[in-house]
Amino acid sequence: MSNIDTIRKKSVAEWKDLNQPEEPVIFLGMASCGKAAGADKVKKAIQEALKKHKIKARLIEVGCIGTCYLEPIVDIVAYGQPRISYGNVDEKRAEFIVRKHLVEKDLSKTHPLGHLGVESFNGIPHLFEHPMLKSQVRIVTKNCGLIDPGSINHYLANDGYSGFSKALKKRPEEVIEEISHAGLRGRGGAGFLTGRKWKTCHDTKSDVKYLVCNADEGDPGAFMNRLLIESDPHALLEGMLIAAYAIGATLGYIYIRAEYPLAILRLQNALKQVTDIGLLGKKILGSEFSFSIKIKEGAGAFVCGEETALIHSIEGKRGMPRTRPPFPAQKGLYQKPTVINNVETLGTVPHILRNGSEWYRQFGVEGNFGTKTFSLVGKIRRSGLIEVPLGTPLRKIIFDIGGGTQKPFKAVQTGGPSGGCIPLELLDTPVTYETLANIGSIMGSGGLIVLDDDTCVVDLARYFLDFIQQESCGKCTPCRVGTRHMVEMLETICHGEASPDILDKLESMAKLVQSTSLCGLGQTAPNSVLTTLKYFRPEYVKHVNEYYCPALVCSDLIEYSIVEENCTGCQRCVSVCPTGAITGPRSEPHNLDISKCIKCRACYDVCRFDAIAGNAIVITSGKE
Amino acid sequence: MNQLNSSFTETLNNHLVEEGSLIPLLQKAQEQDGYISPEKVAQISEYLKMTESQVYGVASFYSQFRFTPPGEHSISVCLGTACHVNGGETLLNTIGRDLDVRPGESTSDKKFDLKRVACLGCCALAPVVKIDDDIYSKVNVVKLKEIISNYE
Repeated sequence: MSNIDTIRKKSVAEWKDLNQPEEPVIFLGMASCGKAAGADKVKKAIQEALKKHKIKARLIEVGCIGTCYLEPIVDIVAYGQPRISYGNVDEKRAEFIVRKHLVEKDLSKTHPLGHLGVESFNGIPHLFEHPMLKSQVRIVTKNCGLIDPGSINHYLANDGYSGFSKALKKRPEEVIEEISHAGLRGRGGAGFLTGRKWKTCHDTKSDVKYLVCNADEGDPGAFMNRLLIESDPHALLEGMLIAAYAIGATLGYIYIRAEYPLAILRLQNALKQVTDIGLLGKKILGSEFSFSIKIKEGAGAFVCGEETALIHSIEGKRGMPRTRPPFPAQKGLYQKPTVINNVETLGTVPHILRNGSEWYRQFGVEGNFGTKTFSLVGKIRRSGLIEVPLGTPLRKIIFDIGGGTQKPFKAVQTGGPSGGCIPLELLDTPVTYETLANIGSIMGSGGLIVLDDDTCVVDLARYFLDFIQQESCGKCTPCRVGTRHMVEMLETICHGEASPDILDKLESMAKLVQSTSLCGLGQTAPNSVLTTLKYFRPEYVKHVNEYYCPALVCSDLIEYSIVEENCTGCQRCVSVCPTGAITGPRSEPHNLDISKCIKCRACYDVCRFDAIAGNAIVITSGKE
Repeated sequence: MNQLNSSFTETLNNHLVEEGSLIPLLQKAQEQDGYISPEKVAQISEYLKMTESQVYGVASFYSQFRFTPPGEHSISVCLGTACHVNGGETLLNTIGRDLDVRPGESTSDKKFDLKRVACLGCCALAPVVKIDDDIYSKVNVVKLKEIISNYE
């Protein structure tokens, strides 16, 4: 029996023991999202509660299962019962749950989210019956939120590295054939066939080849890569081992954003673990295959998501793209053949090797096989990270999984700054690379930002263009100058200073930038403008002709006022107003001086947030 | 100062003399000083046998690097898409006004510095603000004042 088999056997026993433990085990969701929601405080509260009630229990930190809106999440396994999951646990609730679950052994008032057992349990539904999880197919996110990302044993116990073991028994060509047959396409956005990319690199003769994992998740509003690495870093490493073996690479880089400190920590830890057990290094598992991995921290440039720009950045240069061909698979990093794959692509690879390409092809639709993760955020009820088969209609994602919007749904924005806005009438569009492109958007890396009636599409287009314009590397003129002009035009519209012919000018500039830019950043930059002009033109026309922002967002086109009969005179707004525009004695309706108001929204927020305020401050178009 | 310089010399010696070491070295320099100082640029350029303008050319391309000393506490306001549609810009403006500081700069008493970041990846809990290493979620103007007062 080889070393790895021994460790696996031990790991399986350990995992089994963890799920049927003698003393209680408490799992805490401690990915960045959980921490932002207060998981550290919850951990402390649990430790104190355990101490108070003199209970011995093991605490294990896990990643995120994806239902981020329920963070902090805590699971408990005890007394021969299945693992039971609790959501929205604050310090107070943590103490309550520990007391009820572990001391009084009474689950009747604890309101768990669900259990993770095999059979039905006590009238508590299974966790995966939860409306957000029910329709998901979890392949790449299989372990997320369930295992300890800091433990290689947990990964091994759940079939970890068995895909790589299988790959090592095949010839590299056979591995590539398996991936090609699975129809896996690049999950970073462009959707290029992964198998074909690998084959090009494999077939190119060279003394040195590189594998690069693109974890430079630059899309604002997307966090698929962060969540996967924080919750299951070994999945990525296993995918990299398989890819490197297939293409013949000896050195791999993980290019990861410096903004993700926890993900970097998880990777460093995981790299040490695989090195220690001989899965990384020279002559891995007694084969002729040698491979090592280095982490490169990105320094913050959206354009580095583009492969050639990313290569330049690793080489220590400004991250500027170059024309292709030659493609990186032929001439990439340091002029050597290089495969660049996204985190999710590589995280999927082990599952294809473990279960076979035919298994993988049962998910998704012809030409778009498998699953894709999406970050479902914005004005949505159930926000978080989801994984669904390709071909799932947007309506199902937003309304069944996401629970829809509070206010009327307006649009969904896919693909980050390079994507477009999709209106209600197109929500039955199945999500595939082609269908999204046909309606003017892109798949992108998987951001789905849901917008409701409170979102102004002109303001959103301005926001995206402003982002792209700042991130443009400046190499080619259409992107450098064109995006600047577009931002200026959009600003005049938002300020109510535009002339009616501006929409045609904007559209022709957008098309020019789209057709003449050098790289994907510039070519897709106008998508947000073009799709909003196409599907929401009346909203632009209202801004231009009537100086009216229907969503009441564009600050030059709105006014604040106080509804006297609702005002409780609580003075909260008086204290937050930075310019002294609001005055009035306590318990009497306040007065707002429009000439001093800078429309900072502080009073509006406090009037809605504070219990004693009366929702008296309203925003109007200034026309009524 | 001399002691600091000598520790950076050690850092330099841990990196190969090649272009690929430039960004990691800039990151180390910023880790030590909180910003990229002219002295560090001089040291790096000498070590990597590049001109100082080449070093600045790369450093200024990336948003991570700053060229002025940071404040005692660093406030980052996330302006990712989810944060934008949930009011991130209002938070940025409020901090700017209350602390009299512009993004990319520090307050006159050097207590805080303010920056806008593209995305912290906590989109489901938007809008978020990060102070030093702590991330605060679902922030509004009222909560923001409380949070910042804890650092004053």
